[in-house]
Amino acid sequence: MTGWGKSRGAITDGLSQPVGPAPRPPRPLRRHRRGDGRVALIFIAPILVGFAVFYLYPTVRGLWWSFTDFSLIGQANFVGLDNYAAALRDFEFWNSMRVTLCYVILNVGSQTVLALLLATLMHRLTRSVILRTTLLLPWLVPNVTVGLVWLWLLDADLGFVNRLLGSMDLGPVGFFTNPSLGIMTVSLVNTWAYTGYNALLLYAGMLQIPPDLYESAAIDGAGEWKLFSRITLPLLRPVLALVLVVSLIGSFQIFDTVAVTTKGGPVNATRVIYYYIYQQAFTYFHLGYAATMAILLVLVLGVLTFVQLRLLRASESQLA
Amino acid sequence: MNTKTLTKTLGLAVLGGLIAATGACSGSAGAGSDGQVTIQYWLWDDAQLPAYQQCADDFTQANPDITIQITQTAWTQYWTNLATQIAANAAPDVWVDHVSYYPQFVADKQIEDLQPYIDQDPGSLDFDQYVSNLAELWQVGDIRYGLPKDWDTIGLIVNRQAAADAGLTADDLANLTWNPTDGGSFEQAIAKLTIDQAGHRGDDPDFDKSKVAVYGFLPEWADGSQGQNLWGNLASSNGFTYADQNPFGTQFYYDSPALAATIDWMAELSNKGYAPQLDVQSSLSRLDVLKAGSGAMTSIGSFNQMLYQDTPDDYIFAPLPTGPQGRMSAINGLSNAMYAGGQHKDQAWQWIEYLASPACQDVVGDTGVIFPAVQEASDRSVAARAEVGLDAAIFLAYLDQPSGTFLIPIAEHGGEISQIIQDAIQSVGLHQTDAQTALTTANARVNALFN
Repeated sequence: MTGWGKSRGAITDGLSQPVGPAPRPPRPLRRHRRGDGRVALIFIAPILVGFAVFYLYPTVRGLWWSFTDFSLIGQANFVGLDNYAAALRDFEFWNSMRVTLCYVILNVGSQTVLALLLATLMHRLTRSVILRTTLLLPWLVPNVTVGLVWLWLLDADLGFVNRLLGSMDLGPVGFFTNPSLGIMTVSLVNTWAYTGYNALLLYAGMLQIPPDLYESAAIDGAGEWKLFSRITLPLLRPVLALVLVVSLIGSFQIFDTVAVTTKGGPVNATRVIYYYIYQQAFTYFHLGYAATMAILLVLVLGVLTFVQLRLLRASESQLA
Repeated sequence: MNTKTLTKTLGLAVLGGLIAATGACSGSAGAGSDGQVTIQYWLWDDAQLPAYQQCADDFTQANPDITIQITQTAWTQYWTNLATQIAANAAPDVWVDHVSYYPQFVADKQIEDLQPYIDQDPGSLDFDQYVSNLAELWQVGDIRYGLPKDWDTIGLIVNRQAAADAGLTADDLANLTWNPTDGGSFEQAIAKLTIDQAGHRGDDPDFDKSKVAVYGFLPEWADGSQGQNLWGNLASSNGFTYADQNPFGTQFYYDSPALAATIDWMAELSNKGYAPQLDVQSSLSRLDVLKAGSGAMTSIGSFNQMLYQDTPDDYIFAPLPTGPQGRMSAINGLSNAMYAGGQHKDQAWQWIEYLASPACQDVVGDTGVIFPAVQEASDRSVAARAEVGLDAAIFLAYLDQPSGTFLIPIAEHGGEISQIIQDAIQSVGLHQTDAQTALTTANARVNALFN
């Protein structure tokens, strides 16, 4: 899952924004000085150059390729909307979208619920720094390593887990090789890897909630569940919305775990959309068609993000 | 410090940083100014690296103005890396080529025709020295897209102790027969090698197929469109032909009943408990499972035999079983190809010619790791394996008989065909459908790629 680093800057935005309208914005104290703009430009130049070279240019080029029959090597010929029509007819494309959606629902669902639980426990029970650091450990392990470790642990024949099940006269279970379990296993492996990180984000959000709210509610006789459902959850909403959107986008980009563990199989049971795009681009050398599917994915993600932010009213907060 | 100076300083710092960063990332390559030329050579097998480094050193000694730089990349990344390097006009001058991938590069005109170089100095290359017409794999009409590097066939590897316990001798295993109906003596041997947790063997009426301790056979289900590791060989010995012609067939016969019967037999092997069901088969390599003792027999490529150089007495190697049409194995040849966009083609040709010559192939053969394309170097490889106690003759047995080997199919759209056929065959392994139905649909999809 890429794109996680981006969330750090964004999370503070989510928190600082809802402080609400100050009574009257003070007049800017600074007088306008020549040269400030240029200094500012230099300060943001590295990121701007990086953005242009590594995001803007590839995106524009990808968009162009999606209208061509580019094969990675050789000439790109304009083919109009042929690729888009082909994608809509390609049942492997729809299968990949379906598999990815299953993955996202399982992964984001389990990950968010667990992270919320962990964050609440950290917030209400202990504030141990060691515990918090420990939670982050799985997130620090490179994804390929995570995939390999679980591949070995869960292997149907030589895996530790199946040996354990075998000693209890159960199994063997083909965690990665059974077509109906494969995508669930991949989801839960990534839930294991990312729950700690998400819990930490939510915990940071919870720290922004004024403690006196909890104190006064406790005086009024509210129990832990009531505190959680009436105070924590509503006041956490902007942060939760952000975590959800970032998880969702990151989750759609699932690739590495699949590439390491199942390679999309058995048959096409775990062929998620990124893996299929990769195959089209670098195994079949249909870069134009791969670009088309990538563009379609961008559209889907854009709509989903928009809907999600609207539903969760992410830019408003009751803390005002 | 005033604003202007600050701006300048910062600007320079940023610029300097960027330049330093990009400079540190880019590699160094190409020719020096003093006529020194560096030829980039790519291969994927780490086991072969020492032998080819030796060749490179010998070559540079004879040609002091040419240095060979070898890059080894694992198979899984090799083709992606190569394709992106070609797209960036920075491909290696010479690379090890595989029949599954070269049609795409040919279609994109990225491989240099070697015939003009050969014609410059006719007679310097003896094409009769290569095993079994290997040179023809890379020939399309009058164009030659590579010179033969090495070749391989497939055999069986059996746990020696398991075979002894099952009452099977090396001689029994060398003379197995197979047919898709009852599996022949091959299936009987597999049954004998299978043991359930109570100690009953697969041919015992008390055998409990739900509690198997050791599987008699470990089939390969992720075997692309070629089935090089098992089904392709069995199906071919049952009369199956992949396509209308090879190389570069355009009409495929994956819907052939001869193939469907073979795949159904494989799926049936799992149903009888003689092989793991596909959905609970280990994701690790079959050779790992064999080593762990949960399987007693599987197929093995000749290129993997030297993995057992330290434990030659633990395993028996045997040729594949004889099918209804005889004993057959896929033969696969590799070549060295020249990049059409290279800067130093003459020097690259010298290196390719040296790689294909007995001088280098003997060096490679003496390591025993692979069978070089030159017949005499192959014999040296067999001798090197015999020295560590490994019987490599079984891999050569197919060459002596007429139509004992068949070439694995070479076609455009290789990547897609591979996935389509593998998916179809796996769906049979998962008992989602029967082989004839799955393969008929898949074959239609494959043939549609060529319309």
